[in-house]
Amino acid sequence: MVNKNARATNPLLGQDHWNIQLDENGRLKHFLTIEGLGSEILTEILDTAENFTSVNKRTVKKVPLLRGKTITNLFFEASTRTRTTFELAAKRLSADVLNINISTSATSKGESLLDTLYNLQAMQTDMFVIRHQDSGAAHFAARHVAPYISVLNAGDGRHAHPTQAMLDMLTIRQNKGHDFSALRVAIVGDILHSRVARSQIHALNTLNIGDIRVVAPRTLLPADIEKLGVNVHYNLQQGIADADVVIMLRLQKERMQGAMLPSELEYYQQYGLTSETLKYAKPDAIVMHPGPINRGVEIESCVADGMQSVILDQVSNGIAVRMAVMSMTLGTSAQQTGDDK
Amino acid sequence: MNQPSGILIKQGRLIDPANQLDAVKDIYLENGRVIAIDDHIEQSKTAAAEEIDARGLIVMPGIIDLCARVREPGLEHKATIKTETIAASKAGITTLCCPPDTDPVIDEKAVVDLINHGVKNAAHSHIVCLGAMTSKLKGEHLSEMAALKAAGCVGISNASRPITNTLVLRRALEYASSHDLTVFIEPNDPYLSNHGCAHEGAVATRLGLPGIPDAAESTVIARDLELIAEIGARVHFGRISSARSIGLIEQAQKQGLKVTADVAIHQLFLTEMDLSTYNSHCHVLPPFRELRDRDALRYAVANGIVQAICSDHQPHEEDAKLHPFPATEPGISGLETLLPLTLKLVSENILSWQQAVTSLTIAPGKILGIDKGHLSIGAVADLAIINPDKDWTLEAETMKSQGKNTPFLGWHFQHQLAHTIINGQLIR
Repeated sequence: MVNKNARATNPLLGQDHWNIQLDENGRLKHFLTIEGLGSEILTEILDTAENFTSVNKRTVKKVPLLRGKTITNLFFEASTRTRTTFELAAKRLSADVLNINISTSATSKGESLLDTLYNLQAMQTDMFVIRHQDSGAAHFAARHVAPYISVLNAGDGRHAHPTQAMLDMLTIRQNKGHDFSALRVAIVGDILHSRVARSQIHALNTLNIGDIRVVAPRTLLPADIEKLGVNVHYNLQQGIADADVVIMLRLQKERMQGAMLPSELEYYQQYGLTSETLKYAKPDAIVMHPGPINRGVEIESCVADGMQSVILDQVSNGIAVRMAVMSMTLGTSAQQTGDDK
Repeated sequence: MNQPSGILIKQGRLIDPANQLDAVKDIYLENGRVIAIDDHIEQSKTAAAEEIDARGLIVMPGIIDLCARVREPGLEHKATIKTETIAASKAGITTLCCPPDTDPVIDEKAVVDLINHGVKNAAHSHIVCLGAMTSKLKGEHLSEMAALKAAGCVGISNASRPITNTLVLRRALEYASSHDLTVFIEPNDPYLSNHGCAHEGAVATRLGLPGIPDAAESTVIARDLELIAEIGARVHFGRISSARSIGLIEQAQKQGLKVTADVAIHQLFLTEMDLSTYNSHCHVLPPFRELRDRDALRYAVANGIVQAICSDHQPHEEDAKLHPFPATEPGISGLETLLPLTLKLVSENILSWQQAVTSLTIAPGKILGIDKGHLSIGAVADLAIINPDKDWTLEAETMKSQGKNTPFLGWHFQHQLAHTIINGQLIR
């Protein structure tokens, strides 16, 4: 998939967009997308996160791994869960944290992303955690910041949300075991606009999943999605039949306006996960959702809160996974520290 | 005093498709015109002040570029008539055609006069303009097309602002054909494009970039062809990007419709795959499509379905490309790669020399209805002289255009321009 011409002949381009994530020793330098990372690195993230979950269960939830480091959360889009879990992760690693939100930042006064990055870089930041509305924003940042700075992608446009995908993998692993090869996962909802779905698909395929299905009407499916290695279903019951994992995606209200869907009601009737429709999945299937959930739009309350739901486990795992990625990218081995119980 | 002013070009391989000529010849220019072409012309028998030894070189008519934005008036921080015509003249391009989406829009005589004034003072090559098809390019009211034609516009166009009201379009085609004006259309349905920035397909899906489907172009062509069939207007489709569009145009030509088409040179080389690194220099509209589209476009040029190749030159300041991909401004600074890339197609046996030269000279000249792009005796002495065997590399530092925004930086080329002659004057 690499364009040889562009790589060989364009000196402005730098590295390929997945290689830019790794340093010369093959260690994680930035975390921008799952695509192009091998299963060893993904497994290392999961193992490291698993170790950190024990830190998070202690009374003193802090390790000194990133003491003296400065981590800047740069959020150009609203977020509660992702930003707070990144913040908590940084604080539990003893880093100093700076939170910058678009609504109060200089960008609304016309400052470009690059100028914002350069200004914060001048304040000796060691890591940027970036969420931005444009696909490719995290790659753009990684390509332009100083070489000692790491960039973590906290969501860029429709492209990628790799830490979300990894916390989902951790949740699946905790519930279904380390071998994914016999598992069937269904991702239901607005795949077209979902960076979460794209990252999940890459992560699941890298971890050798048995079967991935995406379930949505065609208006919410991107072109040629099957080329990412998924099976496409337009019908919920067929799509989640015998699934081990059902991942529901949030449906944004704006989708009604762009003639993508007729109504919330029809969407709920066709694609909403209810206690009735969930019966098509395996009896021990787990139900996941990246949040925030729309009760009664994509998921019935009793399913979201039910026995099969692991939605709140995902949130807890979010902190551990973000701690893992932060410690790995800032070059500090966390494996031993996690054992320090 | 009668100072000798002519230029004698000796023993070059003269390629002039309009006159079915491809042979080693001498050519003599004087007073801005082609005076003589012969196997041998003695300098003593001419008033030549200069002799160019063209042995081993290609001598062809100067290039006519169907679509080049010089950014003046309105966007002089990106480029000016002066900078871009210098770049053109150093790239073998002797005539540029500017679309009307300047600021102010070329929708009245005064703006044409303003540009002509700028051209007179600063231009280093010829410039012709297309007038706006509708007032302010808004797609609502017809522009004063007859006045624009009288002021010198060679055709009319709504540039890259599509007319979505089909009735307005129909009337514009009718009115233009009443005044014997060619209508230049960049086919695009803005509803289907929907602010996309990449070809809708597997790559855009992977990169999470909003996609532009093939149908955004082909549905407009299909609709317009129906109107053309009914009205009989003379229409040129510019910057075609997809195989489906080629199919529609080929079919219409077979049915005898007066439609022509061009393709931007970069579309004959790059595809959606080149976006894989979020390279903002590959952000163009229409977007780079799939390999099969690129191959269909190459086929169409080789088979005369698409007659002309243009630069679709859109120079930008560096900052315009220094954003995340979707937030960057689309377009490539293309003047300086038009000729070398087209000749790369000759090296790759996609086009013959005759075809390549035709698509850069006489074909666009005919489309614009101007008497240029050929080397008949008495013709305007606009020429390009090319060294067909001189390796060079495109580098930002040596580009003449004010815009250095091109994905072809670092590309190696085999053909290098040796000289450009405009109005019988050797460009230095």
